[in-house]
Amino acid sequence: MRFIFKTDYAQDLQLFKHSGQAYWYGALAAALLFVPWLLSPYYVSQLTFVLIYSIVALGLMLLSGFTGQISLGHAAFLAVGAYTEGVLAAKGWSFPFSMAAAAVIAGLVGVIVGTPALRVKGIYLAIATMAFNIIVEEVLARWESMTGGNTGLQVGPLAMFGWTAQDEREMYYVALVITALVTLGVVNLLRSPTGRAFVAIRDSEISAASMGINLAFYKSMSFVLSAGITGIAGALYAHRLRIITPDQFTVLQSIEMLMMVVIGGLGSIHGAFFGAAFIIVLPQLIAVAKDYLPPAIGQATGLQPALFGLILVGFILFEPLGLYGRWVKTRTFFQLFPFFRRGMFRRQKTFMKSERLR
Amino acid sequence: MNPMLAVEGLSIVFGGLRAVSDVSFAVNKGEIYTLIGPNGAGKTTIFNAISRIYPPGKGRIVFEGEDLARHGRHEIAGLGIARTFQNIELFEHATVLENLLIGRHVHRRTRLWQELVFATSVRRQELAFREAVEKVIDFFDLAHYRDTRVAGLPYGVRKVVELARALAVEPRLLLLDEPSSGLNVEETDDMAFWIHDIRSDLGITVLMVEHDMALVSRVSDRLLALNHGEVIAEGTPALVQNHPGVIEAYLGVAAEA
Amino acid sequence: MQALQVIVSGISQGCIYGLIALGFVLIYKATETVNFAQGELMMLGAFLGVTGTTFLGLPYWAAIAAALVLMALFGFLLERAVLEPILGQPAFATIMVTIGIGFVARGLVTMIPGWGTDTHMLETPFRGEIVRAGGLVVAVEHLVIIAATVMLVSALYVFFRFSRVGIAMQAASQNQLAAYYMGIPVRRLNGLIWALSAAVAALAGLLLAPLTFVHVNMGFIGLKAFPAAVVGGFGSLPGAIVGGIIIGVVEALSGVYLPEGFKDVAAYVVVLIMLAVRPNGLFGETMQKKV
Repeated sequence: MRFIFKTDYAQDLQLFKHSGQAYWYGALAAALLFVPWLLSPYYVSQLTFVLIYSIVALGLMLLSGFTGQISLGHAAFLAVGAYTEGVLAAKGWSFPFSMAAAAVIAGLVGVIVGTPALRVKGIYLAIATMAFNIIVEEVLARWESMTGGNTGLQVGPLAMFGWTAQDEREMYYVALVITALVTLGVVNLLRSPTGRAFVAIRDSEISAASMGINLAFYKSMSFVLSAGITGIAGALYAHRLRIITPDQFTVLQSIEMLMMVVIGGLGSIHGAFFGAAFIIVLPQLIAVAKDYLPPAIGQATGLQPALFGLILVGFILFEPLGLYGRWVKTRTFFQLFPFFRRGMFRRQKTFMKSERLR
Repeated sequence: MNPMLAVEGLSIVFGGLRAVSDVSFAVNKGEIYTLIGPNGAGKTTIFNAISRIYPPGKGRIVFEGEDLARHGRHEIAGLGIARTFQNIELFEHATVLENLLIGRHVHRRTRLWQELVFATSVRRQELAFREAVEKVIDFFDLAHYRDTRVAGLPYGVRKVVELARALAVEPRLLLLDEPSSGLNVEETDDMAFWIHDIRSDLGITVLMVEHDMALVSRVSDRLLALNHGEVIAEGTPALVQNHPGVIEAYLGVAAEA
Repeated sequence: MQALQVIVSGISQGCIYGLIALGFVLIYKATETVNFAQGELMMLGAFLGVTGTTFLGLPYWAAIAAALVLMALFGFLLERAVLEPILGQPAFATIMVTIGIGFVARGLVTMIPGWGTDTHMLETPFRGEIVRAGGLVVAVEHLVIIAATVMLVSALYVFFRFSRVGIAMQAASQNQLAAYYMGIPVRRLNGLIWALSAAVAALAGLLLAPLTFVHVNMGFIGLKAFPAAVVGGFGSLPGAIVGGIIIGVVEALSGVYLPEGFKDVAAYVVVLIMLAVRPNGLFGETMQKKV
């Protein structure tokens, strides 16, 4: 069991609470650096997907997990990022610049969504973002001169300043660097006034306003940042998939993104990574387990959605803190053994109060 | 002498209900001024008008020369007014420390891009914030709860955190909405000392809504008694509490024998 | 004349949206949660109807009745099993749970022998029949949809406004703890509401089936019911239907008079406009928290 004795304010601000944490994250970093040399290209590409989805999850987590604004339309931002990257890369732009453009344009779209969203909350916001997603999808399908319409857009390999990412491993490293930078940015944001303002908005808007937080400004900012981050992921996504079509960015994808964030653990950075890993690993597990199940179940096209749904419902009912929550509880159990009490994490029973009066 | 806060002819109507009718009063710098009255008298409505949660309706509210109607909800804290809420509006999923740090928001000088990279200016600001907030924590003896999530704290402590958060803003005028509601005798006693110290040690002017008459007489300089949205009396506690109109509002009139 | 024709079919399509939206609003009024699986409940109702008529050979009305009753039961059990445990949690949690339920429903339907991923047809006594009125040619199916909707809405409006159960439901939705203290059996009411909502969804599915056939992805139409509920105002029953009809008509007209692709997004453009102009919908209420 470890007690952290703080002697100065700077300790509050540190990224790692104690040397043990720094050690484990260091080990993780080392593992991430060397793993592509140990795995087959297929698994490396899956790992790249996990990284890309982690970035998406971070973006969505910032908006929904930390600022409390539900978004059922995030696939639209991913689409904008991916298509911007695709179009600019075809024109010969170097990756850092096209990615930045993808982020900026996605951010602008975030402003367009975010501004009307300022006036609505909760379910209305969810529906507005969903409506928005559908409209963007349709626009992408119709704007054939720019996007190639429903037949899709071909995207070349990732290229910058004369160097191209030739194989899975090189693609992976680019994704790794970008993921690290985005994570750092989000973590920094959360330990500064802006991040706290987001959390304040989530927990009590009236109170936040009375503390001097301009709700409209910060909500918009949250949308813009979230959209921009998702746009960055979109840029990587485009190069990973090589062909992008509008039907990869439907409301169903948005819902999956939201599921990812909830299952991972809403309101935590780690949750983004757990969720992304989950969403990539589960289909793999299903593919393997398919052969061991009776054909009526194993071969059904609905097996994946059914399992997804079941797991989502299961988490919300039994583990609302998500995978990260489960991780923390397990770790605390071992740290405090044998003094762990199940009641430590139990929330107080709440009764439903009207959110219309929020 | 120019009052710090001047409310002139304030009238607020909700649908058909006259919540506040032509109320005028002034709070001087360094005073502890209390609004009393039965429930529904319009006291919290006046507070909400000052912090611009409600639109002002008719009349003017002037704070240190500024007409508050020209400012949005989020600009009030920046002008130097902080408030607590009757039904505690804390940030439930944050720690006590984080709640207080949010109170420092009006003192933020850094920009978004600096925060994204956690530049030295941001680091310096964070350390300065923490220093300021620790003073408030010491004032209220909250060090014990510093890193605890608010959601799990007992009611009395949450009331104190609410007050501490308002102080973290470093206001010149503090609006306290029923600071002693829900507190037991000891906690109310502590509250009385704190309110007194807030004025004497920290030099903050206090405008309060309160029901507990013992507390009111103990700390207030002047009272304003309201009933049905109208002013019935104003003056020192002794004066107001013996005013026949006030007694009637609270206790009613003696029945004809 | 063609415009009128289009409008009539728009109204009947709109009634379907309205019925699904009605299901949302019922649940929202009572428990302030939104059921993202409403479309899937509709799909299940339609499947039950098909099973009744095609697989079991029941007469049409018996199959309808059976489907409605079974779905009501299903809604009740669903509420008990999955929704009650999470009652105190924020809206977000219930949205996600109902999304999850929708996924599970879709997945499980593909595994049921006989249902699977095939498209089925619901045998109705009035299929193919049409009515001519002053130059208009209207399918009886459309008329049945409109008539059924009107009857249902009137019944529900009276129920909520004047019956004790209806008023109790509204109380429970605004402050659950207080409702408990007042002796309102909140849990039983919630179960009833879900049962009612599921039955309404089933009715929508049974009415829609002759028009679109019955298949596992039928529930996606439910997505269009959200704009309907928003346009009408989420707390209003008649609003849900009015909203649905508006969406249906706008959609039908854009299909004919606007370039291709507008039909699919018409509903969503309307909802965005509505949210910008009048977020509480046509019949919704504005309330502000008292601090």
